Amino acid sequence: MAETKVKEVKMGGPGGRMRGPRPKLENPGKLIKRLFGYIFKYYAPHMAVVVVCIVVGVLASVQGTLFTKTLIDSYIAPLLLADNPDFAPLGRAIIRVAAFYGIGVLSTWIYSRIMIEVTQGTMKRIRDDMFTHMESLPIKYFDTHAHGDIMSMYTNDIDTLRQMISQSMPQMFNSLITIISVLVSMVALSIPLTGLTLFVVFIMLFTTKKVAGQSGKFFLSQQKDLGSLNGYIEEMIKGQKVVKVFNHEEKSVEKFDELNQNLYNSAYNANQFANIVGPINAQLGNVSYVLCAMLGGILVLKNIGGFTVGGLASFLTFNKSFNMPINQISMQFNSIVMALAGADRIFKLLDEEPELDEGYVTLVNAKEVDGRLTESSERTGKWAWKHYHKATDTTDYVELKGDVEFNDVDFGYNDEKIVLHNIKMFATPGQKIAFVGSTGAGKTTITNLINRFYDIQDGKIRYDGINVNKIKKADLRRSLGMVLQDTHLFTGTVMENIRFGRLDATDEEVIKAAKLANADGFIKRLQEGYNTVLTGDGANLSQGQRQLLAIARAAIADPPVLILDEATSSIDTRTERIVQEGMDRLMKGRTTFVIAHRLSTVKNSDCIMVLENGRIIERGTHDDLIAEKGKYYSLYTGNAIA
Amino acid sequence: MIKTVKDNLNGFKLVSLLTPLAMILEVIMEMIIPRYMASIVDDGVAKGDMAHIYRMGIMMFVMALIGLFAGIAGGAFGARASAGLAKNLRKSMYDRIQTFSFSNIDKFSSAGLVTRLTTDVTNVQNAYQMLLRMGTRAPFSLIFAMIMAFTINAKISLIYLGAVILLSIFIAFIMSRATKYFKQTFEKYDELNASVEENVSAIRVVKAFVREDYENDKFTKATKNLYNMFMNAEKTIITNMPVMSATVYTSILLISWIGAKMIVAGDLSTGNLMNLLTYCMNILMSLMMLSMIFVMITMSSASLNRISEVLREETDIKNSEAPIYEVRNGEIEFKSVSFSYNKNGEKPVLNNINLKINSGETIGIIGGTGSSKTSLVNLISRLYDVSEGSVMVGGADVKNYDLETLRDKVSVVLQKNVLFSGTILENLRWGDENASLEDCKRVCRMACADEFIEKLPDKYDTFIEQGGSNVSGGQRQRLCIARALLKKPKVLILDDSTSAVDTATDAKIRRAFAEEIPDTTKLIIAQRVSSIQSADRIIVMDDGEVVGFGTHEELLSGNEIYRDVYESQTGGSGDFDENGGAQ
Repeated sequence: MAETKVKEVKMGGPGGRMRGPRPKLENPGKLIKRLFGYIFKYYAPHMAVVVVCIVVGVLASVQGTLFTKTLIDSYIAPLLLADNPDFAPLGRAIIRVAAFYGIGVLSTWIYSRIMIEVTQGTMKRIRDDMFTHMESLPIKYFDTHAHGDIMSMYTNDIDTLRQMISQSMPQMFNSLITIISVLVSMVALSIPLTGLTLFVVFIMLFTTKKVAGQSGKFFLSQQKDLGSLNGYIEEMIKGQKVVKVFNHEEKSVEKFDELNQNLYNSAYNANQFANIVGPINAQLGNVSYVLCAMLGGILVLKNIGGFTVGGLASFLTFNKSFNMPINQISMQFNSIVMALAGADRIFKLLDEEPELDEGYVTLVNAKEVDGRLTESSERTGKWAWKHYHKATDTTDYVELKGDVEFNDVDFGYNDEKIVLHNIKMFATPGQKIAFVGSTGAGKTTITNLINRFYDIQDGKIRYDGINVNKIKKADLRRSLGMVLQDTHLFTGTVMENIRFGRLDATDEEVIKAAKLANADGFIKRLQEGYNTVLTGDGANLSQGQRQLLAIARAAIADPPVLILDEATSSIDTRTERIVQEGMDRLMKGRTTFVIAHRLSTVKNSDCIMVLENGRIIERGTHDDLIAEKGKYYSLYTGNAIA
Repeated sequence: MIKTVKDNLNGFKLVSLLTPLAMILEVIMEMIIPRYMASIVDDGVAKGDMAHIYRMGIMMFVMALIGLFAGIAGGAFGARASAGLAKNLRKSMYDRIQTFSFSNIDKFSSAGLVTRLTTDVTNVQNAYQMLLRMGTRAPFSLIFAMIMAFTINAKISLIYLGAVILLSIFIAFIMSRATKYFKQTFEKYDELNASVEENVSAIRVVKAFVREDYENDKFTKATKNLYNMFMNAEKTIITNMPVMSATVYTSILLISWIGAKMIVAGDLSTGNLMNLLTYCMNILMSLMMLSMIFVMITMSSASLNRISEVLREETDIKNSEAPIYEVRNGEIEFKSVSFSYNKNGEKPVLNNINLKINSGETIGIIGGTGSSKTSLVNLISRLYDVSEGSVMVGGADVKNYDLETLRDKVSVVLQKNVLFSGTILENLRWGDENASLEDCKRVCRMACADEFIEKLPDKYDTFIEQGGSNVSGGQRQRLCIARALLKKPKVLILDDSTSAVDTATDAKIRRAFAEEIPDTTKLIIAQRVSSIQSADRIIVMDDGEVVGFGTHEELLSGNEIYRDVYESQTGGSGDFDENGGAQ
C-alpha cells in the first residue's frame, strides 16, 4: 500500500533555500543569450521601456545627489552673505529638483510594474513550454530521469530563475548604470578623490573574492553534510515503525547525532564566512569615506583645483552611493550563477528529442457503402485505418479489427542489452493472450511494444496487417485500451477521471461504463458519488477501488484491443472477484493481452505465453501446457523453486 | 512558539545574546562616524584647522575598526547561534520521534516528519540568523539615526518622525495584504506542482490514452490562473518602492528648504545639514529592511509552528511504572478487546474480541482487506493500546511489561517492511546486535534466505541499498523474516510477510518453523489459503470481528466466509508470480 501523502505547505520566498556553492557552468554566455532570447522574443518593447525607465530613474537620483552641492554652494553660501536673503530662487530650485525626483519615482514604478509582467509572463511561458515538451517526450526519458529531479526543475530551478529575472537582472543593470553615472559625476567633481575611491573599491573586491572562496569551500561541505543528514533522516523516519519493533531507537539516534554535528560544523563555518563579507565591505566603505573626507578637506583648505565645500559634500554622498552598487553586484553574482545553472537544466529538458512520429496511417470513422469502406465524418461505431500509398497515389481503408502480429521481434532499452529475443506471436480479433512468467521475464515490456512506448530493435509488429511504425502514434494508442497494475488517477472528480478515457462521453455514458466495470456500486457509496473529488492519486480509495476506476476508464474508451496488467495479491479475495468480473466484461469481444497473475484468467485464455529471460519458452492452451509438464506445469502445481 | 526556540538554545544562549550586542555596537559606530565627518567639515575645513581634520580622521578610523570587529563578531556569532539552533531543533525532534508510538507516527505521516526535520528546520535557521543580525540592526539603526538627528536639530527631525510614522503605517498595510495574497498564491503554486508530479508519474496513462493535449490545456489554464494571482500579489508589493522613495525625496527637499532657512538664520551648520541628509537615508533603509524581516518571519513562523507540533506531541504509549522484565511463554489472550485508531468514538476497528492462543501454537489469520487482521496482531506487541479490554502475553497484561522486553519477545514482521542501507549482516543484526555469523546463517536457512544470499558475490556482506531496492520483493521479505527470527522470540507474527514468496518456498519456511522453533507461538496473516491451511488453528476475520476460529477442516465445513475464500483459490496457487506485485 502506498502510504498516505500529507501535503506540506511549501514555503516560498527567500527562506526556503540554502545558499549553495557556486556551480560550474560550461558556457554561461550562450545560456544568457538564450535566456534573453526567451525574454525578448515576447517582451522586446517591454524591455526597451524598462531600460529607459531604469536609466531615467538613475539619472534622476544622481541629479538629486548633485543637488546637495548646488544647495550649499549656489544657494546657502550666497544667502549667508546676502543682507536681505531672498529664498525665492531656492524655492524654484527645489521645485525643479522635485520634478526630477517625481520623474525618477514614476519611472521606478513603471519599470517595476512592467518587470513583474515580464517576469511572470516569462515564467508562465517557460512552465507551459516545459510541461508541453515534457508531455511529448518518450517514455524512455521518464525511465532514465529520477522523478525528483524532474520535479525540482519545476520548483527550485523555476524559483531561482524568477528571482534572477525579477530582482537580480534589473538590480544588476541598475547598479551598473548607477556606477557609470556616479563615476562620471565623481570624475567631474574631483579626479584625485575618484582615484582614491577606486583604490578602496579594488581592495574591497579583492577581499570579497578571498573570503567568498573560503566560504564556498564550506558551502560545498555543508551541502554534502546536509545531503547525508537528510538522506539518513528520510531512511530512518520512513522505517520508524521497524525501528520501534526492533527497539533500535538508541542506535538510530547515535548515528543521527554524528551527522547532525557534522552539519552544524560546516553550516556554521559556511555562514560565518558569508556573513563577514558584508561588515568588511561596509567598514572599508567607511574607510574610503574617511580618506576622501580627509583628502577632500585638505583640497578645500589648500584650495587646490577650485574644490569647494559643497563639492566635497556631494562627493562624499557619491562615495557612499558608489560602494553600495558594487557590493550589490558582488552579492547578486552568486544568485545569478545559480539561476543560470537552473536555466541550463531547464533548457536541457526543452532540448530533449520529443517522441518521434513518422506514422501516416490514421484512424477514421468508417461506414460501408456498396460493400466498400469509406470515410465518414460522424461517429459510426466502426473504425478504419486510412492508408495512403505514395507509390500508387491511392488510399485504402482497412477495417480496425484488432489483429496483432509479432514477427521475430528483438528489443532492448539500449542497443547493447537486448531484453526480448525472437518474440513471435499472433492474436486474431477477440482472442485472449495471457503472459505468464516471473518478474523481469519481459511481460510488461512486450505490451509496451504494441502501443509503441518503446521502439523495437529488430523484427516487425503488425496491427491489422499494417506495420505499427506506419501508424500515427496517437491513433495507434487510441485503438488500444490499457489498464495498468499500479493505477494512476488524477486530481479531479470521479466523473472526470473516468471521462479521461473519452473526453466527449456524456454523464450517462460514464455511468454506464462504471456499471460495466463494477465500479458503480462503490462510487455511489462515496460521499459525493460521481462528483467526489480525488486527490493525491486517489489516496482516499482502496487499491481495488482504484483498479475498478481504471477499468471503467478503459471501458469508456471502447477500444478493440486491450492491454491488461492484473493486480497481484494486494487486494483481498472478495474485491478481487468484483474486479475480475469487471475485467471479464470488459474483455468480452476484444483482443486482449493480459499479464496474468490469476489462475482463472490464465485458464480460460486462448493462448498462454510463458516467458523466461525475454524469450517465450512455452506456448499453448492451459491443457496443452499442463500436458507438456514444463515451466508452466511447475508454476501451476506450485513446485517451482525460486 | 517562542518557547520552542528558547528551549532549543542550549549551548548557544551566549552567542544568541552576543550577536545582537555586536550588531548594536556596529550600528553605534556607523552612526557616530557621520558626527566626526561633520566636525571635519565644520571645525576643520571651515576654520582651516588641519590638525583637527587629522585628529577627527584618526578617530573615525578607530571607529571604523571597532565597527569592523563588531560586524565580524556579529556575523560569526550569528552563524554559530543559528546553526546551533538548527542542530538542537533537529536533535529534539529526532529524539522526540523515537518516543512516538505507531499512532503518533500515523498522525504526522513519515513524509510529514521528514519535511519538518529538513526543510522546516532550514527555514527557521535562516530566519533566526536574519532576526539576530538584521532584526537588531534595522530597528537600532532607525532609533540611533533618529536620536542623532534629534540631537542635531530637534525641530527639523520632526520631519523624519512624521515620515517614519506615515511609512510604517503604509508598509504594514501593504505587507499584510501582500502576505495574504502570497499565501494564496503559494498554495496554488503547490497545487500546480502536485499536478506536474501527477503527470510525471502517470505519464504512461496519459500517453496510452493520447491525452497529452488535454493535459497541456489543463496545465496552461492552471498556469494562467497562477500568473494572475502572482500578478495581483506583486502589483501590491511594488507600490512599496515608489511610495518609499517619494517619502525619502520629500523629506530631503523639506530638510533642504527648512535647513537652508535655518543655516541663514544661524541655527544650523552646513556640516550638520549634510549629516541630517545622511541619517535620512539610514532611516529609510532600516524601514525597508524591517519590512523584509517582517515577511521572512511570517513565512518561517509556519515552519516553526510545524516543528513545535512535533515537540509538543506526547507519546500515548508509556512504559509501565513497575515493569516486568520477563515473558514467561508465548501464550496470548484477548479479553473483550475493542480498539479504534481514533479516540473520538469512531466506529471501532476491532469489536469485543475474545481469543486464547496456547504457547507454541501456529495460528493462521485470514480475512478481507479492512477486516482488521493487522490491527489485531499489532495489539500483541503493544504497537497500539487497546481501547477496551486487555491483551495478555505469557499470562500478564502487555501494559505491565517493559516495552523493550515485550517487543524483543514478541517479534513482528510488519506488512510494510523495510531494510536499511548497510550490509545484509548489519541488517540481520537489528534482531540481535551480538549475533554471530553462524546465528545469522541459521536464521537465514530457516527463512530460506540463505539460498539467494550464497549466490551473491559478497554473500552476507552484500550491501543493501536504501529501502532494499537492490533485492527483489520476495528476497526482501525473507530477509525481514530472518531478521525477526534472530530475536529468538516467544511469539512470532508474520503480517502478510510471504506474499511475494512463491508457494513452494513459503511452505518450506513454514516447515522450518514447525521443526526448529516449536515452542514459539506463530501467528501468520495471509491472503493465500495455502499459507495457513496447515496451521493448528485459523482465525477468520470479517469487519473487525472474529467470525471463525478452528482447524482448516472445521472451518471448511462450518464457516461460509472461509469456504468461499478457499473455493476461489483452489487448484494450485492463485498467484503466478514468484515475486508478486513488485514490478
